Amino acid sequence: MNDSMLVAILAAAISSGTPILYAALGELICERSGVLNLGVEGMMLVGAVSGFLAAVRTGNLALGVLAALVAGGAMALIHAFMTISLKVNQVVSGLALTLFGTGVSGYLGKSVIGVPLSVTFRAVSIPVLSSIPVVGPILFRHDLLVYVSYVLIPLAWFWLYRTRQGLHLRAVGESPETADALGVNVFAIRYVYVVLGGMLAGLGGAYLSMASAPSWIENMTAGRGWIAVALVIFAVWNPIRAMAGAYLFGGVDALGFRIQTLGVTVSSFFLKMLPYIFTVLVLIVVTARARGRRTGAPEALGTPYERE
Amino acid sequence: MKVRLEKRVAASPVYRFFSPVLAVIMALIFGAVFLWASGFNPAEVYLKMWWGAFGDSYGISETVVKAIPIMLCALGIALAARMLLWNVGAEGQFYMGAVAASWVALSMRQAPAWQVLPLMALAGMAGGALWALVPAIPRALLGVNEIITTLMLNYVAIHWVEYLVHGPWRDPGSLNFPLSAPFSRAARLPMIGDTRVHAGLLFGLAAATLLTFVLWRTKWGYEVRVIGENPRAARYAGMNITRNVMIVLCAAGALAGLAGMAEVSAIAGRMQKGLSPGYGYSAIIVAWLAKLSPWGIVVVSILFGGLLVGGYSAQFIGVSAASVNMLQGAMLFFVLAAEVMGRYRIRVSLSGAGVDASSSRPAGPVQEAADMGGERARE
Repeated sequence: MNDSMLVAILAAAISSGTPILYAALGELICERSGVLNLGVEGMMLVGAVSGFLAAVRTGNLALGVLAALVAGGAMALIHAFMTISLKVNQVVSGLALTLFGTGVSGYLGKSVIGVPLSVTFRAVSIPVLSSIPVVGPILFRHDLLVYVSYVLIPLAWFWLYRTRQGLHLRAVGESPETADALGVNVFAIRYVYVVLGGMLAGLGGAYLSMASAPSWIENMTAGRGWIAVALVIFAVWNPIRAMAGAYLFGGVDALGFRIQTLGVTVSSFFLKMLPYIFTVLVLIVVTARARGRRTGAPEALGTPYERE
Repeated sequence: MKVRLEKRVAASPVYRFFSPVLAVIMALIFGAVFLWASGFNPAEVYLKMWWGAFGDSYGISETVVKAIPIMLCALGIALAARMLLWNVGAEGQFYMGAVAASWVALSMRQAPAWQVLPLMALAGMAGGALWALVPAIPRALLGVNEIITTLMLNYVAIHWVEYLVHGPWRDPGSLNFPLSAPFSRAARLPMIGDTRVHAGLLFGLAAATLLTFVLWRTKWGYEVRVIGENPRAARYAGMNITRNVMIVLCAAGALAGLAGMAEVSAIAGRMQKGLSPGYGYSAIIVAWLAKLSPWGIVVVSILFGGLLVGGYSAQFIGVSAASVNMLQGAMLFFVLAAEVMGRYRIRVSLSGAGVDASSSRPAGPVQEAADMGGERARE
């Protein structure tokens, strides 16, 4: 493997990691508030199809992104209502959301299968930065949504650990009773972050349909939503680690595509299995290492809050 | 306005029985609105679906044919769910069962039916069980989240099937279609009468009977139920949770694998991709709709078989097949919501002061003995 190929793979790792990164960040803040949402896959799919539909109809990328945000948020709102207000089991509600989203996206997308998108997110080289050797081509020759994620991740970290709002969010996920006693509105906070998480998942989906493979294919997320859920565990609920993890998964994905050009003769079907097998292995290693200690999961994750 | 959820002392038994029915009706209303919004006449679509699925003997037999794999997968899912294990991997286990059964069928082309069929069934169960064992071991020993691992393995299984039918198993006579060679006559499960309903139905009914017996009449079934209802108490009582996690997940995988065997042997007659249109996922909804009751699953899976077959009929008037998936997902939501309505009484009072975020705040006094998800997540 020569240097230019390594650079190409690392750059590809970032772009194929980005949709997972958005979804994982969304799930991360949602889980931080104490709500587990297994509907990421469904929210991504609905985001992907809505963004694509809006972009096809209007020819406007910004409207596409807006549609994906709204659609992802609306999906998450169902989960929020079910789990926060009705106190339905979060696991079942999330699974229902994924199944529902798969159906809805298939239904909505029927008319645009094979339709090309006239406008897509294209790579924009950032002046000066993109000409830095090695680092430039890896980090600074991407599309706008990648750059947004560069900003969003440190921002999320700062929000979580350095602001009052972030403190409230963490408190609600760790100990809703205490937070409530201190006058924090547990229900409102959970609603906000569950919906925000859904919006980010929708954006992750839209990245797939509007940037990486500008088209709509049924079930085009292909398990990335689930990988995002696993990634949150891997990242011990920390946005910076989620970023690193997403690029790692993106790298495995990218490697799968390119490994044959390195002269390795493996059936492409085995290469397509790689990200899934990798996810299982990573999950096993992370869980084994955290054994006996706290995993970093918010203490109240999965439990509905009931006010006395 | 204030909306409050108040805990009922005891959910009315009539309501408990009818809540799934109510949920299905609500889902159909939701579907009607959706159909109407996209320019269809909902009544026409539903009638078409009903006649397609239950209108004549052909429709009914097709409905049962579709119900068989869902039934077997859902029985396994329900068994695992009774121990708070989420087997989202029935789809993959179904495929691995089909692969193992096909391997037997393809390598015993001369053997008579009494040899090849039992071996195929055993191989199918073993294939599904082994595929379930992969996530079961890390779950049992380390507590690795089985929801994600079982689901990831679905994708691996599907790619594995694609590899086989594009590669080593591809039938040279298939004109480049990704199909295996057809099975011998002996490797085909017999049909019942002159319908397409096959002996897989008997597997399903036998499994439901066995599961009912095991769960409520054996010591092991008792253990499974206790572990599911109160893991901590079970641990204090000295029940071996680690071992039971593995057994239960393998049993669930074996049932899904048997479904794969029945489908590939009776219906497809050869290995091919797309053998399942998502039976393993529909089965999750069926298991919950039936409240994890084995005989409930038998009934609900026939309803879902009907939904699939009716969905095919609806396609003739232009309704997308995906709308059936959407309806399934919506049904699960309504089931969940209807269940809550059984547990709580909704109080709406107009006197409430100040409409802010707290207006939608439910303030039930008692929490349902730590919701299942919560119990799990804290483990």
